[in-house]
Amino acid sequence: MILVTRFFGSRGWYKFSRNKLSVFGLILVVAFVSVAILAPFITPFPRHAGAFVDFLNASKPPSARNWLGTDLVGRDVLTRVVFGYRVSLQLSVIVLSIAVPLGVIPGLIAGYFGGWWEMIIMRIVDVFLSIPSLVLALAIMGLVKPTLTNAMIAIACMWWPWYTRLLFNITRSIRNEGYVTAAEVVGASHWHILIKEILPNCVPSLLTKMTLDMSFVILLAAGLGFLGLGVQPPTPELGSMIADGANYLPNLSWIPISAGVAILIAVLGFNLVGDGLRDYFGVDV
Amino acid sequence: MLGRYLFRRACAAVITLFGVSVLIFLIARIIPGDPARIALGDTATLEQIAQFRKTLRLDDPLPVQYLTYMQGVIKGDLGISIYTGGAVLEDLQRTFPATLELVMVSAMLMIIIGIPLGTLAGRYRDSFIDNFTRLFSLIGVVTPGFVWAVFLLLVFAYWLEILPVTGRLSEGIPPPPHITGLFLIDSAFAGQWATFKDAFLHIIMPGISLSLASIGQTTRMTRANVGESYDRTYIEFARAYGFNEFRIAAKYALRPAMIPTLTILGLDIAIKFGGAFLIETVYAWPGMARYGVRVILHKDLNAIVGVVVIIGFFFVLINLIVDMIVAFVDPRIRLGSRAR
Repeated sequence: MILVTRFFGSRGWYKFSRNKLSVFGLILVVAFVSVAILAPFITPFPRHAGAFVDFLNASKPPSARNWLGTDLVGRDVLTRVVFGYRVSLQLSVIVLSIAVPLGVIPGLIAGYFGGWWEMIIMRIVDVFLSIPSLVLALAIMGLVKPTLTNAMIAIACMWWPWYTRLLFNITRSIRNEGYVTAAEVVGASHWHILIKEILPNCVPSLLTKMTLDMSFVILLAAGLGFLGLGVQPPTPELGSMIADGANYLPNLSWIPISAGVAILIAVLGFNLVGDGLRDYFGVDV
Repeated sequence: MLGRYLFRRACAAVITLFGVSVLIFLIARIIPGDPARIALGDTATLEQIAQFRKTLRLDDPLPVQYLTYMQGVIKGDLGISIYTGGAVLEDLQRTFPATLELVMVSAMLMIIIGIPLGTLAGRYRDSFIDNFTRLFSLIGVVTPGFVWAVFLLLVFAYWLEILPVTGRLSEGIPPPPHITGLFLIDSAFAGQWATFKDAFLHIIMPGISLSLASIGQTTRMTRANVGESYDRTYIEFARAYGFNEFRIAAKYALRPAMIPTLTILGLDIAIKFGGAFLIETVYAWPGMARYGVRVILHKDLNAIVGVVVIIGFFFVLINLIVDMIVAFVDPRIRLGSRAR
């Protein structure tokens, strides 16, 4: 709460909500998160989220019983999409909570100390950024067992350099500000300066980038799942649902359409909120 | 000054490439589990595995393995692919043109749609066309390429049946003589217009799916930068001279806006090599990215390293070319002043 008032101010909501699109995005994000958390209570057939067969109702188009139809083995698509959200949310939150600290610390060090630190850290970042994240994550997933945990580790390993670069740029630009020099003069430790003086100034950019990245991590995970290298069945995952449906086109078209639109809604929400935050804070990420 | 700048950029590119090769090599070697066991599967006998470790030289220390591998790379040898049984380099040579053609078509779409649309939106801000453009680019950015791919496939190939479903050419149509490996160019050179038309119809959907996200990105970028230029006094000055709108847009508003846009364009083109992994899978496009997916699924170490290194190479190369273009376009770099 302190964080919220500190960075958004008392008139924060007024300023943020002036852009109707941002508010729309926020509604989508809140819907996405609450649906994902409440999945077992709000879906019509919670058991269909796992390995379950009901051949009597297999491959049925949308109807009053199954709003988004059923899949090849008779599971309710709506239920699986909602549980797919749960997987996406879990994955993107954990990926970011690994990747952000992993990227922030070297970024602060490279920007603050400069010299050799900067040389070495930023070269490594360049290397990581010169291979598309999807390709590198795919290569890793190909070599390890495709489980949710491994997918999270693989994506997090690809994601930290973006934060290093962001933090490096900000730290370098505020490194010579008066308050940093003042802290140095009174003998504050490097640690104190990095965490208490510099890091708080990076929070607006960090928050904005993290919001936008929620959507990109969801996309990347869906891409992995689509190629069969993400979370494995019977766990419902939006990317692999699209791939399953696409294999039977033009039949079962309601499966890829539902899962595709579901991804679109989640990504759109985080993107709009991210754009709103970018305008709100006036940051450039 | 310009020479020195480019030289520095080129050196950085070489160092980055070296790093890419080390990184992917390390990933392929230090991942838990025996690569030979992973590649051969659970049914392989101990002798087979020992033999395989020998062919891949997996028993040497890591630096030695890396040096042996790099020696091969310099001689143009990326090792043997377990999946196809052929040389990885030959596989890549065979599949690369298809991916390049796809990436080039999609890059062209991105440039010829994204930049004019962004310029229009930047010129007429908050008008109907601006709102339309923002919505269009937003939808492009938030919908993943493979979802577009599946949607387009469903609508145009299955429901309307006006475009072919998959592949690069229809059955029965012989590929054009090999000149560049890009079917559109080769068939046009050879004057085989039926082949050209067929290849063109086949590339429409994959090309569009791969470019929609980047069209959105380019439009947004151009809109923001052009919008900024229109606020400058030199535009008013040009108006006062009575230049027509087109000349003002092209010469005075777009040119300064091109510099930040170009950098993003380069990055977007390079990222397409990653996006192609998904699009080629949907359309069974016989390119390098689909080859990449296959070898990853078959845990084919040499081929995985080969594909990733090649993609890294093009990424670095494209960014280097963009840096050069920017250096020529931007008088601040070209003339060597440090005014920024």
